[in-house]
Amino acid sequence: MKPVTVITGRAIPLNRSDVDTDQIIPSDWLKRVERTGFGAGLFSEWRDDRDFVLNDERFQGASILVAGPNFGTGSSREHAVWALMDYGFEAVISSRFADIFFSNCTKQGLLPVTIAPEKASALLEAVTADPSLEITIDVARGTIEVPAIGMSATFTLEPFTTERFLNGWDDIGLTLRNEKDLTNFEGERPAYLPTTA
Amino acid sequence: MAEKVWEAHLVHRAEGEPDLLYIDLHLVHEVTSPQAFDGIRLAGRTVRRPDLTIATADHNVPTTSLDLPIEDPISKKQLEVLTANCAEFGITCFNRGDANQGIVHVIGPELGLTQPGMTIVCGDSHTSTHGAFGALAFGIGTSEVEHVLATQSLPLTKPKTMAITVTGSLQPGVTAKDLVLAIIGEIGTGGGMGYVLEYRGEAIEALSMEGRMTVCNMSIEAGARAGMIAPDDVTIAYLEGKEHAPKGEALADAKAAWLAYRTDEGATFDREVFIDASAISPQVSWGTNPAQVAPLSSTVPSPDDFADPAEREAAIRALQYMDLVPGTPLKDIRVETVFIGSCTNSRIEDLRLAASIFEGRKVAEGLRVLIVPGSHRVKAQAQAEGLDVIFTAAGAEWREPGCSMCLAMNPDKLAPGERSASTSNRNFEGRQGRGGRTHLVSPAVAAATAIAGHLASPGDLS
Ligand code: SF4
Repeated sequence: MKPVTVITGRAIPLNRSDVDTDQIIPSDWLKRVERTGFGAGLFSEWRDDRDFVLNDERFQGASILVAGPNFGTGSSREHAVWALMDYGFEAVISSRFADIFFSNCTKQGLLPVTIAPEKASALLEAVTADPSLEITIDVARGTIEVPAIGMSATFTLEPFTTERFLNGWDDIGLTLRNEKDLTNFEGERPAYLPTTA
Repeated sequence: MAEKVWEAHLVHRAEGEPDLLYIDLHLVHEVTSPQAFDGIRLAGRTVRRPDLTIATADHNVPTTSLDLPIEDPISKKQLEVLTANCAEFGITCFNRGDANQGIVHVIGPELGLTQPGMTIVCGDSHTSTHGAFGALAFGIGTSEVEHVLATQSLPLTKPKTMAITVTGSLQPGVTAKDLVLAIIGEIGTGGGMGYVLEYRGEAIEALSMEGRMTVCNMSIEAGARAGMIAPDDVTIAYLEGKEHAPKGEALADAKAAWLAYRTDEGATFDREVFIDASAISPQVSWGTNPAQVAPLSSTVPSPDDFADPAEREAAIRALQYMDLVPGTPLKDIRVETVFIGSCTNSRIEDLRLAASIFEGRKVAEGLRVLIVPGSHRVKAQAQAEGLDVIFTAAGAEWREPGCSMCLAMNPDKLAPGERSASTSNRNFEGRQGRGGRTHLVSPAVAAATAIAGHLASPGDLS
């Protein structure tokens, strides 16, 4: 995954609570063999509605999703995260995330930002009122700043998770730090073990 | 034993991090691999050890004639993508029609790739099957598939151990499938969660490799990611001469190493369960999870039989879905379809057992009977022994290998409300087709049921 240090951009307000992964990416999309292209399926059932916020031109090009509480509940499908990232989101802000969704985000490099409920609703309101608002999220400092309205908020991540975002480590990247151990181990595997070649 | 295999594969251990374990064999199939390969490409990585990876097509493949094209375009695409990915990354792939193609958990052992003391993973929960050889084998998710492709290792947290000791011996006519159904009925679908199961005791030692695979296969239905059986002479005899098994001097080295993986005398387990094999009779599932089983000679249970409120609730729902009335003798239940196949019961021994019952008999009027060998090798062996002739003479359909009606991803499905006796491993709602009703049974009971038209054991046939 790519390192994430500071994200600056506009936001889309998704003023709904308990948005589950079936809504984020409906199950018909799971038959696909690709990992990319899921952006087209993001919230696809809601997007049929002309008034749905993703269809609002004023929000085009935003890179941050400001969601209601309890975002990402339901199945463990990683496709939900793939869809959000493929659509162009770099961060999701909510007052509460579902566990598995949160951990899937950290595996893929989508920044999940948990802020206090009153801050989250204030932010939702502000973004809804002004689609051009710029938000800056600083991973190392754990801060969100919205200078135009003088708003700021803090968030925390596990120190190890912060490190992973800052360095762009995914699980595979972390394992490959032990590349030497892997190579040494391979050098000592017994000769009788089978290969498929 | 699980502990020994774990420690033998430890690549890296650090405080506050999961252990990094080396993976000896990675089995790949068409459904859970495409995004993993895509991830590898997107990150600009490669497959670290294509020579420790093998792929086959099984979940989607139609089991009708190989001369016919695949009708479902999505299934067709998944199979094509598998071939293309394997070609790109240099992985041996047995696609539809290949002489080595088959259900991923059937081909690993028959090619001799599954050996004692190995770590084996696959993006499929029934990877536990390979534990029959004393391998530590478990299913993984798509991200983990990608992880193994890229690094041939996995960060893992050590599971607890549970010994399931089966004393005494199985009565004649009682199979490994009946044994494992009875075990799941005993410990429940969540009983094995967080554990590696080790099946041991005389009754387990007396099983053939095929029987041991049937038992380990269903470990996941008890909630355990892996189940293991200690390697012994039966294991070695099965492996000797298999294509990828060690030969000559290497075999001598391997044998010594394999037997050393056995659990030491006096080792302790986090939990112990004891089962008396002689008390087990042929089993059948009546509900919608594999723990909802009963002896075939008994009746459909009543929700009142369950003291636990959650179990009672589950029984009420299951009976409604299955459209069964408490107190009905299980043998009175009529089925419309019989499926003999799946990674639980599609090996040559299963087919021989079924054939011995079909021989000289006819399938009941109006019944659909599908017999789906686990692999092309099993199919060829069965045909060499003339089993296919027995099946077709009896009125059963002899199909091409694949997962087939185990999960109904290909065209072999139950219609809504249709009832089956199936040798597969899951009787979940809709597993064999939307609204379908599944009774899990052994190949012997499946064959007898096909002839009787209602759930029956071979002893019930004239
Ligand atoms: S036969 Fe059934 S359980 Fe086995 S791998 Fe195929 S779908 Fe899964």
